[in-house]
Amino acid sequence: MTLQHYLVISAILFSLGIFAVLTRRNAISILMGIELILNSCNLNFVAFSRFVTPPENIDGQIIAIFGIVLAAAEAAVFLAIILAIYREFGSIRPDEVDTLKG
Amino acid sequence: MEITLKTLIFYGFALMTIGSALAVVTVRNIVHAAFALMVTLFGVAGLYVFLQADFLAATQVIVYVGGILVLILFGVMMTSGRLQMRIHIERGQLLLGGGITIALLMLLLTVIANTPRWKNLSDDGTEFAPTTSRIGELILNEHFLLPFEIASVLLLVALIGAALISRKEVRD
Repeated sequence: MTLQHYLVISAILFSLGIFAVLTRRNAISILMGIELILNSCNLNFVAFSRFVTPPENIDGQIIAIFGIVLAAAEAAVFLAIILAIYREFGSIRPDEVDTLKG
Repeated sequence: MEITLKTLIFYGFALMTIGSALAVVTVRNIVHAAFALMVTLFGVAGLYVFLQADFLAATQVIVYVGGILVLILFGVMMTSGRLQMRIHIERGQLLLGGGITIALLMLLLTVIANTPRWKNLSDDGTEFAPTTSRIGELILNEHFLLPFEIASVLLLVALIGAALISRKEVRD
């Protein structure tokens, strides 16, 4: 296995996440796309830490742990906002929530 | 490159990750998409094991599969009636989004294939060393102490904020 194997997997995961964010009309599906993007990002950090830096340096893994912490906090706040939107509008389709649209 | 058992298992994990991620973004039923996301997260944890990040692989399973995925399923449960389980996709948006996605993927793959510094970096040779104690030292004793404290404050803020936003407003 070389570095490029991991980079290609991570690039595919990132593109699929972008695809989900662009095309899906459901806020929770968009959250799933964001989780895919964050996972590909963490995978890149760990892969570069493994291949490019000397073996005893594991800073990339610690950055990935902080990435997981951020993803957990983001998911909690995202779902709280979705619940509030659902109570207000009765729907979580992003194109129906347009109160601020001019 | 000779085909060993390790190589086969690696490609198995890679296929599992990419295939289930493809299911996450194409399946119409949102509950099925959530379970496909679970398989993707397990696949990424397997790739972490191949990168010799044992603590990170365990954290991935515990936090993502045990925490975030359950949170997503609760979100589905509380916001989607039987009629809203299916995800709406519009045709024009699908074509445009697919075009942008393919262009982005081509760009990334071109950069990966043409960067000379990243070529021929292989992981054979170094022995596996457990990372947990080293991570503990780095976070609690060395130069990641401040980010660690900031992350704990961030989690507290996110917890209070989420509880405040999602509760019902009580007016008297």
